[in-house]
Amino acid sequence: MNDKKKDAISADVALEPYWEAARAGRLLLKKCTDCGKAHYYPRPLCPFCMSANTEWLQASGHGSIYSWSVERRGTPPYAIAFVSLPEGPTLLTNIVDCDLDALAIGQKVQLAFETRDELPVPVFRPA
Amino acid sequence: MSIKGKAFIAGIYEHPTRKAEGIPIAQLHAEVAKGALEDAGLGLRDVDAYYCAGDAPGLGGLSMADYMGLDVRHSDTTETGGSSYILHVNHAAAAIAAGKCKVALITLAGKPRTGGAPPGRPPMAVQPPDLPFEAPFKPTVLNIYAMVARRHMHDHGTTPEQLAWIKVAASHHAQHNPHAMLRDVVTVEDVVNSPVVADPLHRLDCCVVSDGGGAVVVVAPEIAAQLKRPKVSVMGAGEAIKHMAGGQVDLSYSAGQWSAAAAFAEAGIKPADIKYASLYDSFTITVLMQLEDIGFCARGQGGRFVADGGLISGVGKLPFNTDGGGLCNNHPGNRGGMTKILEAVRQLRGEAHAAVQVKNCDLALAHGTGGYLGTRHGSGTLIMERM
Ligand SMILES: [Zn+2]
Repeated sequence: MNDKKKDAISADVALEPYWEAARAGRLLLKKCTDCGKAHYYPRPLCPFCMSANTEWLQASGHGSIYSWSVERRGTPPYAIAFVSLPEGPTLLTNIVDCDLDALAIGQKVQLAFETRDELPVPVFRPA
Repeated sequence: MSIKGKAFIAGIYEHPTRKAEGIPIAQLHAEVAKGALEDAGLGLRDVDAYYCAGDAPGLGGLSMADYMGLDVRHSDTTETGGSSYILHVNHAAAAIAAGKCKVALITLAGKPRTGGAPPGRPPMAVQPPDLPFEAPFKPTVLNIYAMVARRHMHDHGTTPEQLAWIKVAASHHAQHNPHAMLRDVVTVEDVVNSPVVADPLHRLDCCVVSDGGGAVVVVAPEIAAQLKRPKVSVMGAGEAIKHMAGGQVDLSYSAGQWSAAAAFAEAGIKPADIKYASLYDSFTITVLMQLEDIGFCARGQGGRFVADGGLISGVGKLPFNTDGGGLCNNHPGNRGGMTKILEAVRQLRGEAHAAVQVKNCDLALAHGTGGYLGTRHGSGTLIMERM
Protein backbone atom coordinates (compact mmCIF):
# COMPACT_ATOMS: atom_id res chain seq x y z
CA MET A 1 0.00 0.00 0.00
CA ASN A 2 1.00 3.56 -0.64
CA ASP A 3 2.60 4.66 2.65
CA LYS A 4 0.72 7.94 2.77
CA LYS A 5 -2.64 6.21 2.37
CA LYS A 6 -1.61 3.64 4.97
CA ASP A 7 -0.69 6.41 7.41
CA ALA A 8 -3.98 8.20 6.84
CA ILE A 9 -5.92 5.02 7.62
CA SER A 10 -3.94 3.64 10.56
CA ALA A 11 -3.98 7.03 12.28
CA ASP A 12 -7.78 7.27 12.21
CA VAL A 13 -9.40 5.16 14.94
CA ALA A 14 -12.88 6.50 14.14
CA LEU A 15 -12.77 4.81 10.73
CA GLU A 16 -11.97 1.29 11.97
CA PRO A 17 -15.61 0.09 11.63
CA TYR A 18 -15.70 1.47 8.09
CA TRP A 19 -12.67 -0.48 6.92
CA GLU A 20 -13.77 -3.62 8.76
CA ALA A 21 -17.13 -3.50 6.96
CA ALA A 22 -15.44 -2.73 3.65
CA ARG A 23 -13.27 -5.82 3.99
CA ALA A 24 -16.53 -7.78 4.39
CA GLY A 25 -18.00 -6.17 1.27
CA ARG A 26 -20.30 -3.71 3.03
CA LEU A 27 -20.33 0.05 2.47
CA LEU A 28 -20.96 2.15 5.56
CA LEU A 29 -22.15 5.76 5.51
CA LYS A 30 -22.61 7.98 8.52
CA LYS A 31 -25.99 9.24 9.70
CA CYS A 32 -26.56 12.03 12.21
CA THR A 33 -29.12 11.22 14.91
CA ASP A 34 -29.68 14.92 15.59
CA CYS A 35 -30.35 16.36 12.12
CA GLY A 36 -31.15 13.02 10.49
CA LYS A 37 -28.93 13.51 7.45
CA ALA A 38 -26.55 10.91 6.03
CA HIS A 39 -23.08 11.93 4.88
CA TYR A 40 -20.04 10.51 3.11
CA TYR A 41 -17.03 10.27 3.45
CA PRO A 42 -17.66 9.39 7.08
CA ARG A 43 -16.71 11.82 9.87
CA PRO A 44 -17.23 11.68 13.65
CA LEU A 45 -18.76 15.18 13.60
CA CYS A 46 -21.74 15.73 11.31
CA PRO A 47 -20.82 18.17 8.48
CA PHE A 48 -24.38 19.52 8.45
CA CYS A 49 -24.81 20.41 12.15
CA MET A 50 -21.49 19.48 13.84
CA SER A 51 -23.26 17.07 16.19
CA ALA A 52 -21.09 14.29 17.63
CA ASN A 53 -24.09 11.95 17.55
CA THR A 54 -23.40 10.14 14.32
CA GLU A 55 -23.98 6.45 13.70
CA TRP A 56 -23.06 4.01 10.96
CA LEU A 57 -25.58 3.32 8.23
CA GLN A 58 -25.12 0.45 5.78
CA ALA A 59 -25.70 1.43 2.15
CA SER A 60 -28.18 -0.69 0.20
CA GLY A 61 -25.67 -0.98 -2.61
CA HIS A 62 -27.99 0.55 -5.21
CA GLY A 63 -26.99 3.69 -7.02
CA SER A 64 -27.32 5.76 -10.17
CA ILE A 65 -24.72 7.68 -12.14
CA TYR A 66 -24.87 11.45 -11.47
CA SER A 67 -21.97 12.22 -13.81
CA TRP A 68 -19.07 10.35 -15.35
CA SER A 69 -15.93 10.64 -17.46
CA VAL A 70 -13.55 8.19 -19.06
CA GLU A 71 -9.88 8.98 -18.55
CA ARG A 72 -8.75 8.05 -22.06
CA ARG A 73 -5.07 8.50 -21.25
CA GLY A 74 -5.22 5.99 -18.39
CA THR A 75 -3.39 2.71 -18.94
CA PRO A 76 -5.85 1.19 -19.37
CA PRO A 77 -8.55 3.86 -19.72
CA TYR A 78 -10.96 3.91 -16.78
CA ALA A 79 -14.36 5.34 -15.88
CA ILE A 80 -14.65 7.73 -12.96
CA ALA A 81 -18.08 8.77 -11.73
CA PHE A 82 -20.19 10.45 -9.12
CA VAL A 83 -22.77 7.87 -8.02
CA SER A 84 -25.85 8.95 -6.08
CA LEU A 85 -27.10 6.59 -3.38
CA PRO A 86 -30.76 6.29 -2.33
CA GLU A 87 -29.57 6.98 1.24
CA GLY A 88 -28.68 10.55 0.20
CA PRO A 89 -24.95 11.00 -0.42
CA THR A 90 -23.28 11.09 -3.81
CA LEU A 91 -19.79 9.59 -3.83
CA LEU A 92 -16.77 9.61 -6.09
CA THR A 93 -16.02 6.13 -7.45
CA ASN A 94 -15.20 4.07 -10.51
CA ILE A 95 -17.59 2.22 -12.79
CA VAL A 96 -16.03 -1.18 -13.50
CA ASP A 97 -16.86 -4.20 -15.67
CA CYS A 98 -18.63 -1.89 -18.10
CA ASP A 99 -18.56 -0.78 -21.72
CA LEU A 100 -16.67 2.54 -21.46
CA ASP A 101 -18.59 3.83 -24.48
CA ALA A 102 -22.04 3.00 -23.10
CA LEU A 103 -22.16 4.90 -19.80
CA ALA A 104 -24.98 7.37 -19.18
CA ILE A 105 -26.18 9.80 -16.55
CA GLY A 106 -29.06 8.18 -14.67
CA GLN A 107 -27.81 4.66 -15.37
CA LYS A 108 -28.48 2.20 -12.50
CA VAL A 109 -25.38 0.72 -10.94
CA GLN A 110 -24.66 -1.82 -8.19
CA LEU A 111 -22.01 -1.77 -5.46
CA ALA A 112 -18.97 -4.02 -5.63
CA PHE A 113 -15.64 -3.93 -3.84
CA GLU A 114 -12.16 -3.99 -5.29
CA THR A 115 -8.83 -4.04 -3.55
CA ARG A 116 -6.57 -1.14 -4.48
CA ASP A 117 -3.15 -0.93 -2.82
CA GLU A 118 -4.41 -3.37 -0.16
CA LEU A 119 -7.40 -1.09 0.50
CA PRO A 120 -10.98 -2.40 -0.02
CA VAL A 121 -12.73 0.36 -1.95
CA PRO A 122 -16.35 0.68 -3.12
CA VAL A 123 -16.80 0.65 -6.90
CA PHE A 124 -19.92 0.14 -8.99
CA ARG A 125 -20.86 -1.97 -11.98
CA PRO A 126 -23.87 -1.64 -14.29
CA ALA A 127 -26.95 -3.08 -12.54
CA MET B 1 -16.84 48.32 6.01
CA SER B 2 -16.43 48.26 2.25
CA ILE B 3 -13.21 48.25 0.24
CA LYS B 4 -14.83 50.20 -2.60
CA GLY B 5 -12.47 52.93 -3.75
CA LYS B 6 -10.11 52.36 -0.82
CA ALA B 7 -7.35 50.54 -2.71
CA PHE B 8 -5.72 50.84 -6.14
CA ILE B 9 -3.87 48.43 -8.41
CA ALA B 10 -0.69 50.44 -8.94
CA GLY B 11 1.69 47.94 -10.50
CA ILE B 12 1.54 44.75 -12.54
CA TYR B 13 4.08 42.49 -14.16
CA GLU B 14 3.95 39.23 -16.08
CA HIS B 15 7.11 37.17 -16.40
CA PRO B 16 7.91 36.72 -20.10
CA THR B 17 9.29 33.21 -19.62
CA ARG B 18 7.21 30.16 -20.44
CA LYS B 19 10.08 27.73 -19.77
CA ALA B 20 12.38 28.68 -16.88
CA GLU B 21 15.22 26.19 -17.31
CA GLY B 22 17.76 26.59 -14.52
CA ILE B 23 15.86 29.35 -12.70
CA PRO B 24 14.50 28.49 -9.23
CA ILE B 25 10.97 29.43 -8.18
CA ALA B 26 12.20 31.95 -5.58
CA GLN B 27 14.07 33.87 -8.27
CA LEU B 28 10.94 34.01 -10.43
CA HIS B 29 9.00 35.45 -7.47
CA ALA B 30 11.66 38.11 -6.97
CA GLU B 31 11.79 38.98 -10.67
CA VAL B 32 8.04 39.51 -10.93
CA ALA B 33 8.07 41.51 -7.68
CA LYS B 34 10.74 43.79 -9.12
CA GLY B 35 8.80 44.14 -12.36
CA ALA B 36 5.53 45.09 -10.65
CA LEU B 37 7.20 47.57 -8.30
CA GLU B 38 9.03 49.24 -11.21
CA ASP B 39 5.76 49.37 -13.15
CA ALA B 40 4.15 51.16 -10.20
CA GLY B 41 7.09 53.51 -9.70
CA LEU B 42 7.76 52.10 -6.24
CA GLY B 43 10.76 50.39 -4.64
CA LEU B 44 11.52 47.55 -2.28
CA ARG B 45 11.47 49.79 0.81
CA ASP B 46 7.97 51.01 -0.01
CA VAL B 47 6.48 47.54 0.44
CA ASP B 48 4.90 46.98 3.85
CA ALA B 49 2.72 43.94 3.13
CA TYR B 50 3.32 40.69 1.26
CA TYR B 51 0.94 38.02 -0.02
CA CYS B 52 1.65 34.69 -1.66
CA ALA B 53 0.03 31.26 -2.01
CA GLY B 54 1.05 27.61 -2.06
CA ASP B 55 3.37 28.06 -5.03
CA ALA B 56 5.90 29.94 -2.86
CA PRO B 57 8.73 27.65 -1.75
CA GLY B 58 9.69 26.60 1.77
CA LEU B 59 7.88 28.49 4.49
CA GLY B 60 5.96 30.47 1.86
CA GLY B 61 5.66 34.10 2.90
CA LEU B 62 8.48 33.75 5.41
CA SER B 63 10.93 32.28 2.92
CA MET B 64 10.03 34.79 0.24
CA ALA B 65 10.21 37.83 2.56
CA ASP B 66 13.64 36.57 3.61
CA TYR B 67 14.80 36.00 0.00
CA MET B 68 13.56 39.35 -1.29
CA GLY B 69 14.49 41.34 1.81
CA LEU B 70 10.94 42.54 2.54
CA ASP B 71 9.97 44.33 5.73
CA VAL B 72 6.27 43.64 6.20
CA ARG B 73 3.71 44.55 8.84
CA HIS B 74 0.92 42.60 7.20
CA SER B 75 0.98 39.27 5.35
CA ASP B 76 -1.40 36.62 4.07
CA THR B 77 -0.84 33.24 2.46
CA THR B 78 -4.43 32.30 1.61
CA GLU B 79 -4.39 29.20 -0.57
CA THR B 80 -7.33 28.43 -2.85
CA GLY B 81 -5.30 27.04 -5.73
CA GLY B 82 -5.13 29.13 -8.89
CA SER B 83 -7.67 31.69 -7.69
CA SER B 84 -5.57 32.61 -4.61
CA TYR B 85 -4.19 35.88 -6.03
CA ILE B 86 -7.66 37.33 -6.64
CA LEU B 87 -8.47 36.64 -3.00
CA HIS B 88 -5.15 38.24 -2.06
CA VAL B 89 -6.22 41.49 -3.76
CA ASN B 90 -9.43 41.38 -1.73
CA HIS B 91 -7.46 40.82 1.48
CA ALA B 92 -4.89 43.47 0.62
CA ALA B 93 -7.63 46.01 -0.12
CA ALA B 94 -9.33 45.19 3.20
CA ALA B 95 -6.04 45.50 5.09
CA ILE B 96 -5.33 48.85 3.41
CA ALA B 97 -8.85 50.08 4.16
CA ALA B 98 -8.32 49.07 7.80
CA GLY B 99 -5.02 50.96 7.97
CA LYS B 100 -2.89 47.84 8.42
CA CYS B 101 -0.61 48.58 5.43
CA LYS B 102 -0.21 50.88 2.44
CA VAL B 103 1.74 48.98 -0.23
CA ALA B 104 0.88 45.30 -0.65
CA LEU B 105 2.93 43.07 -2.95
CA ILE B 106 1.37 39.86 -4.30
CA THR B 107 3.48 37.33 -6.22
CA LEU B 108 3.00 34.04 -8.07
CA ALA B 109 5.62 31.85 -9.73
CA GLY B 110 5.83 28.24 -10.80
CA LYS B 111 7.66 25.94 -13.16
CA PRO B 112 5.71 22.77 -13.85
CA ARG B 113 7.50 22.40 -17.20
CA THR B 114 11.03 22.38 -15.88
CA GLY B 115 10.72 21.04 -12.35
CA GLY B 116 9.08 21.99 -9.09
CA ALA B 117 5.55 20.96 -8.28
CA PRO B 118 4.07 18.50 -10.80
CA PRO B 119 1.16 19.85 -12.88
CA GLY B 120 -2.06 20.34 -10.98
CA ARG B 121 -0.82 19.13 -7.60
CA PRO B 122 -0.29 21.72 -4.91
CA PRO B 123 2.15 20.55 -2.25
CA MET B 124 0.36 18.77 0.57
CA ALA B 125 2.50 18.19 3.65
CA VAL B 126 -0.39 16.67 5.59
CA GLN B 127 -2.66 14.31 3.68
CA PRO B 128 -6.29 15.44 3.30
CA PRO B 129 -9.11 13.58 5.08
CA ASP B 130 -10.72 12.60 1.77
CA LEU B 131 -7.60 10.74 0.62
CA PRO B 132 -8.67 7.10 1.13
CA PHE B 133 -12.18 7.88 -0.14
CA GLU B 134 -11.15 9.53 -3.41
CA ALA B 135 -7.54 8.85 -4.39
CA PRO B 136 -8.09 5.11 -5.09
CA PHE B 137 -10.45 6.05 -7.94
CA LYS B 138 -7.76 8.08 -9.71
CA PRO B 139 -9.39 11.50 -9.91
CA THR B 140 -7.41 13.94 -12.04
CA VAL B 141 -7.88 17.63 -12.64
CA LEU B 142 -9.04 16.62 -16.10
CA ASN B 143 -11.67 14.02 -15.25
CA ILE B 144 -13.08 16.01 -12.34
CA TYR B 145 -13.67 19.06 -14.59
CA ALA B 146 -14.89 16.73 -17.34
CA MET B 147 -17.68 15.48 -15.11
CA VAL B 148 -18.93 19.04 -14.69
CA ALA B 149 -18.97 19.39 -18.48
CA ARG B 150 -20.80 16.06 -18.86
CA ARG B 151 -23.45 17.19 -16.42
CA HIS B 152 -23.88 20.57 -18.17
CA MET B 153 -24.37 18.80 -21.50
CA HIS B 154 -26.95 16.49 -19.93
CA ASP B 155 -28.88 19.26 -18.17
CA HIS B 156 -28.76 21.97 -20.84
CA GLY B 157 -27.91 20.35 -24.17
CA THR B 158 -24.54 22.09 -24.30
CA THR B 159 -22.41 20.70 -27.14
CA PRO B 160 -18.68 20.04 -27.58
CA GLU B 161 -18.78 22.55 -30.44
CA GLN B 162 -20.07 25.28 -28.12
CA LEU B 163 -17.29 24.57 -25.61
CA ALA B 164 -14.81 24.66 -28.49
CA TRP B 165 -15.79 28.26 -29.26
CA ILE B 166 -14.14 29.28 -25.99
CA LYS B 167 -10.78 27.94 -27.18
CA VAL B 168 -11.34 29.49 -30.60
CA ALA B 169 -11.90 32.92 -29.01
CA ALA B 170 -8.77 32.58 -26.86
CA SER B 171 -6.72 31.66 -29.92
CA HIS B 172 -7.99 34.71 -31.81
CA HIS B 173 -6.58 36.84 -28.99
CA ALA B 174 -3.33 34.87 -28.54
CA GLN B 175 -2.26 35.47 -32.14
CA HIS B 176 -1.45 39.05 -31.12
CA ASN B 177 0.59 38.10 -28.02
CA PRO B 178 4.25 37.43 -28.85
CA HIS B 179 4.73 35.65 -25.50
CA ALA B 180 1.80 33.25 -25.96
CA MET B 181 2.65 29.55 -26.12
CA LEU B 182 -0.06 28.83 -28.72
CA ARG B 183 -0.38 31.61 -31.29
CA ASP B 184 -2.12 29.75 -34.10
CA VAL B 185 -5.79 30.54 -34.57
CA VAL B 186 -7.80 27.32 -34.22
CA THR B 187 -11.28 26.39 -35.43
CA VAL B 188 -14.15 24.58 -33.75
CA GLU B 189 -13.25 21.57 -35.91
CA ASP B 190 -9.64 21.66 -34.67
CA VAL B 191 -10.87 21.47 -31.09
CA VAL B 192 -13.48 18.73 -31.46
CA ASN B 193 -11.15 16.69 -33.68
CA SER B 194 -8.31 16.83 -31.15
CA PRO B 195 -8.02 13.65 -29.04
CA VAL B 196 -10.52 13.11 -26.24
CA VAL B 197 -8.50 13.18 -23.02
CA ALA B 198 -11.35 12.78 -20.52
CA ASP B 199 -14.85 12.57 -21.98
CA PRO B 200 -16.25 14.99 -23.00
CA LEU B 201 -13.12 17.18 -22.93
CA HIS B 202 -10.64 17.20 -25.80
CA ARG B 203 -6.98 18.05 -25.65
CA LEU B 204 -7.69 21.54 -26.98
CA ASP B 205 -10.32 22.12 -24.27
CA CYS B 206 -7.38 22.25 -21.83
CA CYS B 207 -5.04 25.06 -20.84
CA VAL B 208 -1.32 24.99 -21.53
CA VAL B 209 1.27 23.92 -18.95
CA SER B 210 3.78 26.72 -18.54
CA ASP B 211 6.47 28.11 -16.28
CA GLY B 212 6.41 31.76 -15.29
CA GLY B 213 4.71 34.06 -12.86
CA GLY B 214 3.28 37.46 -12.20
CA ALA B 215 2.89 40.11 -9.54
CA VAL B 216 0.49 42.85 -8.49
CA VAL B 217 1.03 45.85 -6.23
CA VAL B 218 -2.04 47.12 -4.35
CA VAL B 219 -1.74 50.53 -2.70
CA ALA B 220 -3.63 53.00 -0.53
CA PRO B 221 -5.33 55.99 -2.24
CA GLU B 222 -2.73 58.47 -0.91
CA ILE B 223 0.06 56.37 -2.48
CA ALA B 224 -1.83 56.01 -5.78
CA ALA B 225 -2.23 59.78 -5.91
CA GLN B 226 1.56 60.19 -6.03
CA LEU B 227 2.14 57.69 -8.86
CA LYS B 228 2.21 58.33 -12.59
CA ARG B 229 0.42 55.21 -13.87
CA PRO B 230 -3.28 55.25 -14.82
CA LYS B 231 -5.45 54.83 -11.72
CA VAL B 232 -7.21 51.48 -11.38
CA SER B 233 -9.48 51.30 -8.36
CA VAL B 234 -10.75 48.20 -6.57
CA MET B 235 -14.53 48.58 -6.67
CA GLY B 236 -15.56 45.31 -5.11
CA ALA B 237 -14.45 41.78 -4.42
CA GLY B 238 -15.98 38.54 -3.27
CA GLU B 239 -14.83 35.05 -2.46
CA ALA B 240 -16.36 31.71 -1.62
CA ILE B 241 -15.53 28.03 -1.21
CA LYS B 242 -17.72 25.22 -2.52
CA HIS B 243 -17.18 21.56 -1.68
CA MET B 244 -18.87 18.18 -1.72
CA ALA B 245 -21.17 19.10 1.19
CA GLY B 246 -21.04 15.76 2.95
CA GLY B 247 -22.07 14.04 -0.26
CA GLN B 248 -24.76 16.48 -1.43
CA VAL B 249 -22.85 16.95 -4.67
CA ASP B 250 -24.28 19.48 -7.14
CA LEU B 251 -22.19 20.16 -10.23
CA SER B 252 -24.67 22.66 -11.71
CA TYR B 253 -22.95 25.75 -10.29
CA SER B 254 -19.67 26.86 -8.75
CA ALA B 255 -18.69 29.04 -5.80
CA GLY B 256 -18.46 31.84 -8.36
CA GLN B 257 -22.19 32.30 -7.94
CA TRP B 258 -21.54 33.51 -4.39
CA SER B 259 -18.25 35.35 -4.92
CA ALA B 260 -19.62 37.29 -7.89
CA ALA B 261 -22.82 38.28 -6.06
CA ALA B 262 -20.72 39.65 -3.20
CA ALA B 263 -18.40 41.54 -5.55
CA PHE B 264 -21.23 43.13 -7.54
CA ALA B 265 -23.07 44.10 -4.34
CA GLU B 266 -19.95 45.84 -3.06
CA ALA B 267 -19.23 47.54 -6.38
CA GLY B 268 -22.85 48.61 -6.80
CA ILE B 269 -22.94 47.64 -10.47
CA LYS B 270 -24.35 44.71 -12.47
CA PRO B 271 -22.77 42.18 -14.86
CA ALA B 272 -24.08 44.04 -17.92
CA ASP B 273 -21.93 47.05 -16.91
CA ILE B 274 -18.68 45.08 -17.31
CA LYS B 275 -16.76 45.96 -20.51
CA TYR B 276 -14.07 43.25 -20.25
CA ALA B 277 -13.83 40.00 -18.25
CA SER B 278 -10.82 37.86 -17.37
CA LEU B 279 -12.30 34.42 -16.74
CA TYR B 280 -10.41 31.47 -15.34
CA ASP B 281 -9.76 29.10 -18.21
CA SER B 282 -8.10 25.97 -16.90
CA PHE B 283 -10.55 24.25 -19.23
CA THR B 284 -13.25 25.50 -21.57
CA ILE B 285 -15.93 24.25 -19.16
CA THR B 286 -14.46 26.44 -16.39
CA VAL B 287 -15.22 29.53 -18.49
CA LEU B 288 -18.71 28.35 -19.36
CA MET B 289 -19.64 27.76 -15.72
CA GLN B 290 -18.28 31.17 -14.67
CA LEU B 291 -20.30 33.01 -17.34
CA GLU B 292 -23.45 31.60 -15.78
CA ASP B 293 -22.30 31.87 -12.16
CA ILE B 294 -21.29 35.52 -12.54
CA GLY B 295 -24.53 36.33 -14.33
CA PHE B 296 -23.27 37.26 -17.80
CA CYS B 297 -25.96 34.88 -19.07
CA ALA B 298 -28.76 32.81 -17.58
CA ARG B 299 -28.14 29.35 -16.14
CA GLY B 300 -27.84 26.84 -18.96
CA GLN B 301 -27.33 29.51 -21.64
CA GLY B 302 -23.52 29.49 -21.55
CA GLY B 303 -23.21 27.36 -24.67
CA ARG B 304 -25.31 29.76 -26.73
CA PHE B 305 -23.50 32.76 -25.23
CA VAL B 306 -20.03 31.63 -26.33
CA ALA B 307 -20.99 30.25 -29.76
CA ASP B 308 -20.14 32.14 -32.94
CA GLY B 309 -17.43 34.26 -31.36
CA GLY B 310 -19.39 35.54 -28.34
CA LEU B 311 -16.14 36.04 -26.40
CA ILE B 312 -13.94 37.47 -29.17
CA SER B 313 -12.89 41.09 -28.65
CA GLY B 314 -14.52 43.38 -31.22
CA VAL B 315 -16.85 40.59 -32.35
CA GLY B 316 -18.81 39.20 -29.43
CA LYS B 317 -20.91 40.42 -26.52
CA LEU B 318 -18.20 39.97 -23.89
CA PRO B 319 -14.48 40.24 -24.73
CA PHE B 320 -12.57 37.82 -22.49
CA ASN B 321 -8.93 36.85 -21.86
CA THR B 322 -7.48 39.12 -24.52
CA ASP B 323 -3.93 37.94 -23.70
CA GLY B 324 -4.88 34.46 -24.91
CA GLY B 325 -5.55 33.29 -21.36
CA GLY B 326 -4.55 29.98 -19.89
CA LEU B 327 -5.93 28.22 -22.94
CA CYS B 328 -3.31 29.74 -25.27
CA ASN B 329 -0.96 32.16 -23.51
CA ASN B 330 0.26 30.79 -20.19
CA HIS B 331 -0.84 29.19 -16.94
CA PRO B 332 2.18 29.77 -14.72
CA GLY B 333 2.55 27.11 -12.06
CA ASN B 334 -0.84 25.68 -13.09
CA ARG B 335 -2.38 28.76 -11.49
CA GLY B 336 -4.25 31.22 -13.65
CA GLY B 337 -5.64 33.77 -11.19
CA MET B 338 -2.71 36.18 -11.33
CA THR B 339 -2.68 36.52 -15.11
CA LYS B 340 -6.43 37.15 -15.00
CA ILE B 341 -5.82 40.26 -12.89
CA LEU B 342 -2.93 41.42 -15.08
CA GLU B 343 -4.83 41.45 -18.37
CA ALA B 344 -7.87 43.13 -16.77
CA VAL B 345 -5.58 45.93 -15.51
CA ARG B 346 -3.98 46.24 -18.98
CA GLN B 347 -7.45 46.64 -20.48
CA LEU B 348 -8.40 49.32 -17.95
CA ARG B 349 -5.14 51.19 -18.58
CA GLY B 350 -5.62 50.93 -22.33
CA GLU B 351 -2.41 48.89 -22.54
CA ALA B 352 -3.75 45.69 -24.07
CA HIS B 353 -2.64 44.88 -27.62
CA ALA B 354 -4.30 47.33 -30.02
CA ALA B 355 -5.97 44.48 -31.90
CA VAL B 356 -7.81 43.33 -28.78
CA GLN B 357 -8.08 46.53 -26.69
CA VAL B 358 -11.68 47.15 -25.65
CA LYS B 359 -12.79 50.72 -26.39
CA ASN B 360 -13.56 52.91 -23.38
CA CYS B 361 -12.82 50.05 -21.04
CA ASP B 362 -13.64 51.59 -17.68
CA LEU B 363 -15.08 48.57 -15.82
CA ALA B 364 -13.42 45.17 -15.81
CA LEU B 365 -13.76 41.94 -13.89
CA ALA B 366 -11.26 39.23 -13.03
CA HIS B 367 -12.58 35.92 -11.78
CA GLY B 368 -10.82 32.78 -10.60
CA THR B 369 -11.79 29.20 -9.86
CA GLY B 370 -9.04 27.38 -7.97
CA GLY B 371 -8.77 23.76 -6.95
CA TYR B 372 -11.10 21.12 -8.38
CA LEU B 373 -14.35 22.42 -9.84
CA GLY B 374 -16.21 19.14 -9.24
CA THR B 375 -15.03 18.37 -5.71
CA ARG B 376 -13.71 21.37 -3.78
CA HIS B 377 -12.75 24.77 -5.11
CA GLY B 378 -12.34 28.41 -4.14
CA SER B 379 -13.71 31.25 -6.26
CA GLY B 380 -12.70 34.88 -6.24
CA THR B 381 -14.25 37.81 -8.10
CA LEU B 382 -12.60 41.19 -8.44
CA ILE B 383 -14.23 44.26 -10.01
CA MET B 384 -12.00 47.16 -10.98
CA GLU B 385 -12.61 50.64 -12.37
CA ARG B 386 -10.39 53.04 -14.29
CA MET B 387 -10.63 56.40 -12.54
ZN1 LIG C 1 -26.28 16.58 11.87
